[in-house]
Amino acid sequence: MRRYVVIVSLLVLLIGLTVWITNLEWIREGVYKPFTWGKILSCTWWHLIMVGAAEFAAILIGVPLGILVTRPGFKKLTTPVIGGANIGQSIPSLAVIAIMAPLLGFGLKSAIVALFIYGLLPVLRNSYAGINNIDPAIVEAAKGMGMTRGQIARKIELPLALPVIMTGIRISTVITVGTAELAVLVGGKGLGVITLTGVFTLQPLTILQGAAPTAALAITLGFILERVESWMTSRGLKVKAEMA
Amino acid sequence: MIKLDRVTKVYPDGTEAVKEVSFEVEAGELCVLLGPSGCGKTTTMKMINRLIPITGGKIYIDGRDSIKIDENELRRSIGYAIQDIGLFPHMTVGQNIETVPSLKGWPKAERSKRAEELLELVGMDSGEFIDKYPSELSGGQCQRVGVARALGADPSILLMDEPFGAIDPITRVRLQDEFLKIQQEIKKTIIFVTHDIFEAIKMGDKVALMKQGQLVQYDTPANLLYRPKNEFVEDFVGADRALKGLQLIRVKEVMSFPPTVKAEETVEAAGERMEQEGTNWLVVVNDDGKFLGWVDKAELGKGEMVKEVISSSAITATVNTVLNEVLSLMLSHGLENMVIVNEANILEGVISFDIIRKALTEVTQRRESE
Repeated sequence: MRRYVVIVSLLVLLIGLTVWITNLEWIREGVYKPFTWGKILSCTWWHLIMVGAAEFAAILIGVPLGILVTRPGFKKLTTPVIGGANIGQSIPSLAVIAIMAPLLGFGLKSAIVALFIYGLLPVLRNSYAGINNIDPAIVEAAKGMGMTRGQIARKIELPLALPVIMTGIRISTVITVGTAELAVLVGGKGLGVITLTGVFTLQPLTILQGAAPTAALAITLGFILERVESWMTSRGLKVKAEMA
Repeated sequence: MIKLDRVTKVYPDGTEAVKEVSFEVEAGELCVLLGPSGCGKTTTMKMINRLIPITGGKIYIDGRDSIKIDENELRRSIGYAIQDIGLFPHMTVGQNIETVPSLKGWPKAERSKRAEELLELVGMDSGEFIDKYPSELSGGQCQRVGVARALGADPSILLMDEPFGAIDPITRVRLQDEFLKIQQEIKKTIIFVTHDIFEAIKMGDKVALMKQGQLVQYDTPANLLYRPKNEFVEDFVGADRALKGLQLIRVKEVMSFPPTVKAEETVEAAGERMEQEGTNWLVVVNDDGKFLGWVDKAELGKGEMVKEVISSSAITATVNTVLNEVLSLMLSHGLENMVIVNEANILEGVISFDIIRKALTEVTQRRESE
C-alpha cells in the first residue's frame, strides 16, 4: 500500500512539474519559450516507439538466447555469451550510443540498435539465471517421473524461470527509458530532444521539462511490468518469497 | 519384481561406480540399499529408472529387459520419491500428485479423485491441503506429498531415495511408521536408499549392503545383524547389535494388555483393582476404550473419583512402532510404561521396561543359539 502512495505521489509531482513549466510564458524572458504540449506529446510518443522497438528486439533475442545457453549441448556457449554481454554492459551507455553514428550513420535506426544492445543484457542474463538457478532436484524429479525434455521445459523450467525473466525485462525497460534520452545524439527522437536542448542552452527548466516526463514514463512502465510479472507468477512461488 | 543381473556402471573417465551388482527383489518386498556415501547405492537405484544409463549387465522389471522399454514409459510406471522432495513449487499439492496421471492422459475427474485418495492415504486432509502450495507446508507434510506423488499413477514399483532424510528425527520416525503401515496395504515392490542402519533394519524386508560399488551382503535385516558375512558388515552394523536387534521387534509382538479402570469409577474400586493385579498403577479409559491417562497408587488419596486423580500423558506409541523407539521415548520422557493406542486413541496395550528387557534377552539368545 505504501508503495502505491510513493508511486502515485512521484507521478503527481513529475507531471505537475511538467504542467507548470509548459504553462509558463517564458523560460527566459524574451529568449526561450517552453516547449509546447504538442512537442512534448510527440517526443513522448517517439520515446515509446524507440524503447518499444529496442525492447521488443531484446526480448525476441535475449530470452531464447539466454535459455539456449542453459541447454546441454550449448553449454560451451555460456561463457562467451554471458561474459560478452557483461562486458557490453560495462561500456558506458553514452559510448555504445556514440559508436553507432560512425557504424550505422545518424538516424532513428542507429538509436534503436544502440538501445537494443544496451537493453539486451539484463534480459539475456536473467533468462539464463532464471533457468540455470532452478534446483536440479526439481528437474531430476520431473525427469524421473517420465516427463520428456519438452514437457520439462514447458511445465517446469519456464514457469519457474518466468518471474526472473520478467524481472530482467522490467529492469531492461526502465534502464532503456533513461538511456533513450541520449539516443538523440545519434539522431534519435524522443524526450531527449527537450532535455538536451536545455543542456545546451543551460536552461534548468527546459532540462526538467524533458527529464520529468521521462522519469514519469520510466516509473509507469516499471509499475505496469511489475503487475504483469506478478500476474504471471504462480502463487506457490510468491508465498515462498513472502516467507523468505 | 525387480532383478539386477551383474549391473555395472563405469563412467567415461574410468571410475567404476557400480561393479557387477546382482540381486532380486520379489513383488511386494521392500529392499533397502544401504551403505556409506559414495558406495553406489543411489547410482544403482537411478539405473533402475534409467536416470543413469547402465554400462553393463541387465535390469529386468517384471521380467522385461528395462533397456527395451521406452525410457519415459518406464519412468511413468515406476514411482519416484527423492531426498530433496523435489516437489514442483509452482504447482499445488493436487497438481503435484497428479503429475504422472496427467502425463499418462488420465481424465481430469479421475486424476482429482486419485489425488484426494492419496492425500488421505498419507494422512493429510484433502480438503485442507489439495490447493495449497509446497511452500505453505511443513517439511514432514512435503515428504508425505512426495510419497503420495510417487504413488500417483498406482505404479507397482517405487524407488525412494532417502525419502525421510531431510526431516527431524521425531517426524522421521512417525513417517517411517506410517509408511510401513501404508506398505502393508499397498504392497508395492520398493527400492529404498538410505545410509542409516537403523532405518534399513526397520524398513527393509531385505537389505543390500554396498561398499565401493560392490554388493557385500544381500540378506534379511536379522541375518545382517547376527550373521554378518565379513568384517565390513560387522563394522557397519556396529557393536551395539543387541540394541539394534530391538529394531526387529514391533510392539504388537510383545505388548501386554494393562489393567484398566474407568474415569467414572471410585478411587476405592481403583485401589482394589491394583491389589488384585499386584500393580501400583492403572490405565484410565472411557466407555469406548479410549485412552485417557494414568492413575497412580500414590495419588489415590487425593480425590474420590478416578477422574479427579488422573494424570494424563500424550506420549503413546502404536502397535507398529519398533521397540528401540519405544525405549528411547520412555527414557527421554522418564516413563516406566508406554501406552499403545490406535489412530482413534483406543487403548491396545502397554509396553514396560520389563517387557523390553525380556525381549532383548530372548532375541540375543535366540540368535546366538542359531
